[in-house]
Amino acid sequence: MKKTYKIDVDCANCANKMEEATKKTAGVKDASVNFMALKMKVEFEDGADVDAVMQEVVKNCKVVEDDCEIFL
Amino acid sequence: MTKKQKNLLARVIIAGILMAVLAVLPLENYPVLRFLLFLVPYLTVGYDILRKAFKGILNRQVFDEHFLMGVATIGAMALGEYTEGVAVMWFYQIGELFQSYAVGKSRRNISELMDIRPDYANLLAEDGSTERVDPDDVEVGSTIVVNPGEKIPIDGVVTFGSSTLNTAALTGESLPRDVKAGDEVISGCVNMSGLLRIETTREFDESTASKILDLVENAGSRKSRSEQFITKFAKVYTPAVCYAALALAVIPPVVRLIIGLAPNFPDWIYRALTFLVISCPCAIVVSIPLSFFGGIGGASANGILIKGSNFMETLSEVAVAAFDKTGTITKGNFAVTGVHHAVMENEKLLELAALAESHSSHPISRSILAAYGKEPDAARVSGVREISGAGVVATVDGHEVAAGNLRLMNEVGVTAEECHSTGTIVHVAVDGTYAGHIVIADEIKKNAADAVRALKAAGVRKTVMLTGDKESVASAVAEQVGIDEFRAELLPADKVAAVEKLIEGCSGKDKVAFVGDGINDAPVLARADIGIAMGALGSDAAIEAADVVLMDDDPKKIAKAIRIAKKCIRIVYENIYFAIGVKLACLVLGALGIANMWLAIFADVGVMVLCVLNAVRCLSVRSL
Repeated sequence: MKKTYKIDVDCANCANKMEEATKKTAGVKDASVNFMALKMKVEFEDGADVDAVMQEVVKNCKVVEDDCEIFL
Repeated sequence: MTKKQKNLLARVIIAGILMAVLAVLPLENYPVLRFLLFLVPYLTVGYDILRKAFKGILNRQVFDEHFLMGVATIGAMALGEYTEGVAVMWFYQIGELFQSYAVGKSRRNISELMDIRPDYANLLAEDGSTERVDPDDVEVGSTIVVNPGEKIPIDGVVTFGSSTLNTAALTGESLPRDVKAGDEVISGCVNMSGLLRIETTREFDESTASKILDLVENAGSRKSRSEQFITKFAKVYTPAVCYAALALAVIPPVVRLIIGLAPNFPDWIYRALTFLVISCPCAIVVSIPLSFFGGIGGASANGILIKGSNFMETLSEVAVAAFDKTGTITKGNFAVTGVHHAVMENEKLLELAALAESHSSHPISRSILAAYGKEPDAARVSGVREISGAGVVATVDGHEVAAGNLRLMNEVGVTAEECHSTGTIVHVAVDGTYAGHIVIADEIKKNAADAVRALKAAGVRKTVMLTGDKESVASAVAEQVGIDEFRAELLPADKVAAVEKLIEGCSGKDKVAFVGDGINDAPVLARADIGIAMGALGSDAAIEAADVVLMDDDPKKIAKAIRIAKKCIRIVYENIYFAIGVKLACLVLGALGIANMWLAIFADVGVMVLCVLNAVRCLSVRSL
């Protein structure tokens, strides 16, 4: 399953870091952060609990870039 | 400007004034006071960077740009280079501000260019009153009212009224389109003259305008090779430079100590700090998505949808362009121009063929139906078999009617009369005997020849036409339009094979594009290195299947798309080479002690500003 989220982040490199962090989160199959459109596309593993996974994604993104926002 | 940007701007201005004042104050004799005074502009402009750097260390994300800036400026202050320390932070923040402003501005520019998002819909209630609602809340089958000057919010069918629509926002050309009751209309068009009532046939999310916006916004998610390269580069580059800086601060002085020279620590630390300032990767990292975003946005404002940065890259490398004939080079508005060798009345032959083909959506079938002129009676037709690339066999009024090309005639065992007219020939056999043929001719698009010339000028080396049509028709069209090669009488599967062959024949980076109308050639569009669908306004199939979608059917847009892609990619590479080149050069100069902090600031902020300004050029594509 794929879902798109609006995000807020200030720099392009930070967006890349968020993408990396999201990809590494358990339950995420693939992720792509679009800095210019401020959107994050997440593809979940089959049977993953989307809400729980996204909570983890937010946590992991905050670690790599404190000043970021994901609008769930 | 956003609140965040205004806040930063104010801090930059205040710190700038403070710095200027401090620079002229005679403070040489009061070192402690001088330090404390310089701390004021330093913290004013950089406190958030220091905070982020600190948090980064706590989160074990050491090598980010905040850390680099923090260490470099604190180091400079510790060495007593107060002006440099504050200036690095100050220029860094100016760079950040500039970048954030430029990115925001491009975002706004694109959304203005793509001004097709409808804000509201006028929902018609049963009592005849209208209510302004969110288009998201309009259910399929509702009736909406579109006043003159308003955008059509949702795809639908006109039930009342007639008007002229402006499709400029979708196609980039302001070609007015007349609509009346019964016509399908798509969202994103502007109603210019009369009031229209529209029965919606889709939900807002499924409507053309929403789909196009979604496509453009998501295009950046398909990353190009250059973006992937830069992401990887930034990941290796920053830590590498940091370690190099550490080595530069420690190894040379230690070596000097060992060989009995003065270690000169401050000088080497200063060199190491310039390294850190230079190492900030943001300049390259931001300019590349910005370039692609601008290029894709500018293209879509011209009615060219490029579905990803990766396709932008492929498009710029197209060396061979293969075309479908119908709908691409020719108008596809086939018209019956003659009925020959009919064993019955011409009208009767047309009627049989029309009924047999009544289920087909192929343009040829449509034109036979159009020539028949009446609504086909479905009850008279049964047992329809479509034979791909050959024609149709059906039972009409109890007779077996076969309508199609020579191959079909062979298949049903009938000897057909050869026809000498140019055009598509539909042979008809009734109950196993030949009954005559119908000649259908297609018009070549007015600017097809120009389009082929423009492609050559844009760097396409070979043009090839792939068609299911006869050799004679294909060669006539190819000659008239100036296409290099053609392959005729291809079945849909043959077209895939033909494209595969073209791809095999390409060397190195050369790419093969296939241009089709997206209706019958989805597999070919998918197989080509890059599939371009034309005349896609309102055709979901085409938008799905292709990598690049041309909203109208002007073949000159193909060359335009290639030129836009080439410009965008050129800018991307200019930025990559320029930024990496300047940074590496400054690193070398810094290590040798030639480059000071000021040059390092240029290598960081100056390069970023220049790259961003260069990237913004991608947006202006109208004159290409």
